[in-house]
Amino acid sequence: MKTGILRFPGSCDEVDAQLAAALVGDTVLLWHGDRDLQDVDAVIVPGGFSYGDYLRAGAIARFSPVMESVIEFAGDGGLVLGICNGFQVLCEAGLLPGALLPNANRRFTFRQVELEVVEGDTKFTSACPPGELLSIPAKHGSGRFYADEATLNQLEEDGQVVVRYRPEQNFNGSLRDIAGVRNAAGNVFGLMPHPEHAVDALTGSTDGLRIFESIRSAVEGAHV
Amino acid sequence: MSEQLPELKDAIALGLTEAEYELVCEKQGSPPNQVELAMYSLLWSEHCAYKHSKNLLVTLPTEGPAVVMGPGENAGAVDVGDGLICAFKVESHNHPSAVEPFQGAATGVGGILRDIFAIGARPIAVLDSLRFGEIETSERSRYLLERAVAGIGHYGNSIGVPTVGGEVYFEGPYEQNCLVNAMALGLGPRDQLMRSAAAGVGNVVLIYGASTGRDGIGGASVLASAELGEADDDKRPTVQVGDPFEEKKLMECSLELLELGLIVSLQDLGAAGLTSSACEMASKGEVGIDIDVRKVPLREADMEPFEIMVSESQERMLCVIEPKDVDAVRAICDKWEVSSAAIGEVTETRLMRIYSGAELVGEMPVEALVDDCPIYDLAPQKPSEPLYSPPIARLDRSAGLAEALLALVGSPNVASRRPLFEQYDPIVQSRTVRRPEQADAAVLALPNGSALAVSIDGNGRRVAADPYRGTLGVVLECASNLACVGAHPLGTTNNLNFGNPEKPHVAWQLTEAVRAIADACTALEAPIVGGNVSLYNEGASGPIYPTPVIGMVGLLPDATRAGRLGFAQEGESIALVGPFEPSLAASELSKLRGEPLPDELPEVDIEAVRDAQAAVRGAVRDGLIDSAHDIAEGGIVTALAECALAGSIGAAIEIEAGEDAWQACFGEAPGGFICCGHATALAQLGERTKVTVIGKVGGERLEIDLGSEKIELGLDELRLQHRALESVFQ
Repeated sequence: MKTGILRFPGSCDEVDAQLAAALVGDTVLLWHGDRDLQDVDAVIVPGGFSYGDYLRAGAIARFSPVMESVIEFAGDGGLVLGICNGFQVLCEAGLLPGALLPNANRRFTFRQVELEVVEGDTKFTSACPPGELLSIPAKHGSGRFYADEATLNQLEEDGQVVVRYRPEQNFNGSLRDIAGVRNAAGNVFGLMPHPEHAVDALTGSTDGLRIFESIRSAVEGAHV
Repeated sequence: MSEQLPELKDAIALGLTEAEYELVCEKQGSPPNQVELAMYSLLWSEHCAYKHSKNLLVTLPTEGPAVVMGPGENAGAVDVGDGLICAFKVESHNHPSAVEPFQGAATGVGGILRDIFAIGARPIAVLDSLRFGEIETSERSRYLLERAVAGIGHYGNSIGVPTVGGEVYFEGPYEQNCLVNAMALGLGPRDQLMRSAAAGVGNVVLIYGASTGRDGIGGASVLASAELGEADDDKRPTVQVGDPFEEKKLMECSLELLELGLIVSLQDLGAAGLTSSACEMASKGEVGIDIDVRKVPLREADMEPFEIMVSESQERMLCVIEPKDVDAVRAICDKWEVSSAAIGEVTETRLMRIYSGAELVGEMPVEALVDDCPIYDLAPQKPSEPLYSPPIARLDRSAGLAEALLALVGSPNVASRRPLFEQYDPIVQSRTVRRPEQADAAVLALPNGSALAVSIDGNGRRVAADPYRGTLGVVLECASNLACVGAHPLGTTNNLNFGNPEKPHVAWQLTEAVRAIADACTALEAPIVGGNVSLYNEGASGPIYPTPVIGMVGLLPDATRAGRLGFAQEGESIALVGPFEPSLAASELSKLRGEPLPDELPEVDIEAVRDAQAAVRGAVRDGLIDSAHDIAEGGIVTALAECALAGSIGAAIEIEAGEDAWQACFGEAPGGFICCGHATALAQLGERTKVTVIGKVGGERLEIDLGSEKIELGLDELRLQHRALESVFQ
């Protein structure tokens, strides 16, 4: 499996995502100005502050040449994972529903959070044992998930809410404690917490590794 | 160029003295024009020339086995093995932060990061050291704290460098003059180490990064080298405005240029902008430089030549490259969307020549600009009267020991720093083994399985009470913090934050503090590899507490054995370790009681403390003990509470209080540690240093039996107090 990690000017966690993805396969960094996705099996849109988050988090990155290819890749069923700023970019690009608003406390906040895996049979969570909680760090200034009531109801009904903050863990004020959602087709997933920062016991937990292992299973399953 | 030459009064307005102006005229052979005067006034400012501190700084130890680059370059560097170096430095941005805290603090971080990548290392961590007035009574101090923390977070988070540690204290003497010091560490290949000396006559001088505007004009001379006064809002235009996105691109661009070997020498543009950078490069390379200001990319078209030369616009770098590489360098800059322009040439003239197009608008000998600033000897004198008024009492003398412990744990100087540090990203770059509040020092993994440890410390009140012994305590505490995670020191950086050195009592504080840094760093074999001096930190009500801030970097062989501060397992033994002789002099408790500062602190046995550090370090490395915490503000009982809170587990303790239970509980001194582990392990540690087993880990309460008296508090009660700073950020 080969994972491509996008690199925008202002990306910060692209090397971290690359280190994590390298635990389950090959990796390549994809420059924002290039359209060629280099035959990757999955794409990660990483955390950081693409284009300085000017205008609005993710608003400029979604117009980059590489994103045109990612939108096409996703349309063809390719796996796309957006983490933090990457989640914001995917929402701005219309690949995922909803929007990420400034945190309720109006501050950038770092916290190790506990997530409940709501949907364990997705391409991004199949390696999570049912009912398992993930301890993963979150760090952002605009992570409050927002969508209108009708959309929220529809997301819940259709099983598109993949991970939720456990009680008391939702520091950013996300509606219905939503930490991450997938698209209707199930091949695009975005979340605010950082699974790539939870893949090594030395620097924290290893719970985030499940996400990357799930992606590998999905890709290798598709190849069989 | 205006034909009217500036006069003496203009020179004085720019911060030069009459004698210095006359010396400039003598060096130039005639009165300087506007460009020349602007450049001399900056390079001869305290900030650039260290004219009141140079004679002291040369007394610091700067050599050691790990030192790769010592003071004088953009940052110092130590060898960390396997062909890698760690670059590090601390710098202040005090006066800009007092005037505009968000941008002042943000650009302080930006400036120190540029220093790190200018020598060819990727920034891997930021720490900060902050001082404000009493936030419980001063709304202004709460505002400064909140905005400075936001500024540090804004810059560090956006650029992808983790903020892994820091310290903050609140004391009356910082009310008008807050301190914002930022330290950064970088990691890079030893063979990519870059120096700033310009070389190669005929080589091209190229500026890249942000365009140049009118921000920060005169920052080094007008703002940084004078006392703060009433009308300082007028100085706001001399504060620079930072753009971390621009710096992020600048950093990636610079690192790529260095990796490709396209750069001969590199320097960031900081205080005094192009003037300082170009002159320093020329001076170190013993060459001259010609610059055409019309080629500098400008934000405002109508800037005067002197404005272009002194602008402190952020996020700019100056490099010397070979003419054949100009296109390749500019192509990399274009890739990162960073603007670049060739603006000059290295010459053999040893002159700085400033052109505006074809017109020569300034010509100065490099040596006169950089080396000929007069250096002043200080006239230190111990003050005969107390310099600082006593703090306002906040703890009644009738309070019991338990009440005092709660007050201490909830006092702004001891309370949890979580509301601050959770505004910073501590984990980006996937290297952080110990985050804030997990251990006494931050720990950063290296590729070969070892790890760096870093700590930053200061204690203005104790230094004010006794500049020599107080400063010894600060340096020793830094090394103790490293010992608690299992690291030995490799090198040290310092930021000397003091008042006006032309006043004898400040000169005395400064002289004593530097003497202590020299003695402690020599004993610890932790040489000074770089630093910064920030003087004139005083307002109408007097000087700040003298505040030497020490940053120390160390190494531990096995990252997986990095120490923690919290109690670990039920049933383990707790010991007081080290030659700890507590005293209430200048302690946190005496502050809460509103007591005046004493005239001196008890003597410090540097060697005994150093030996205790070695013992604790060894025990952590051997995996012998499960927690280690240095006893600091609030004494042994406060340290026990911190260990219990960090581990979320209680303890039952017996302390032989002797005659003075207050001193035994809350007295402070260097050289004490709280360690926990199995009884046999602690007995083994006892063969290496003084160990007194004082209790056991367990339960959900902190119980301290002092014989005649007892402290009993639930962890939840302590935790509630420990969260006191949350109210500031609501």
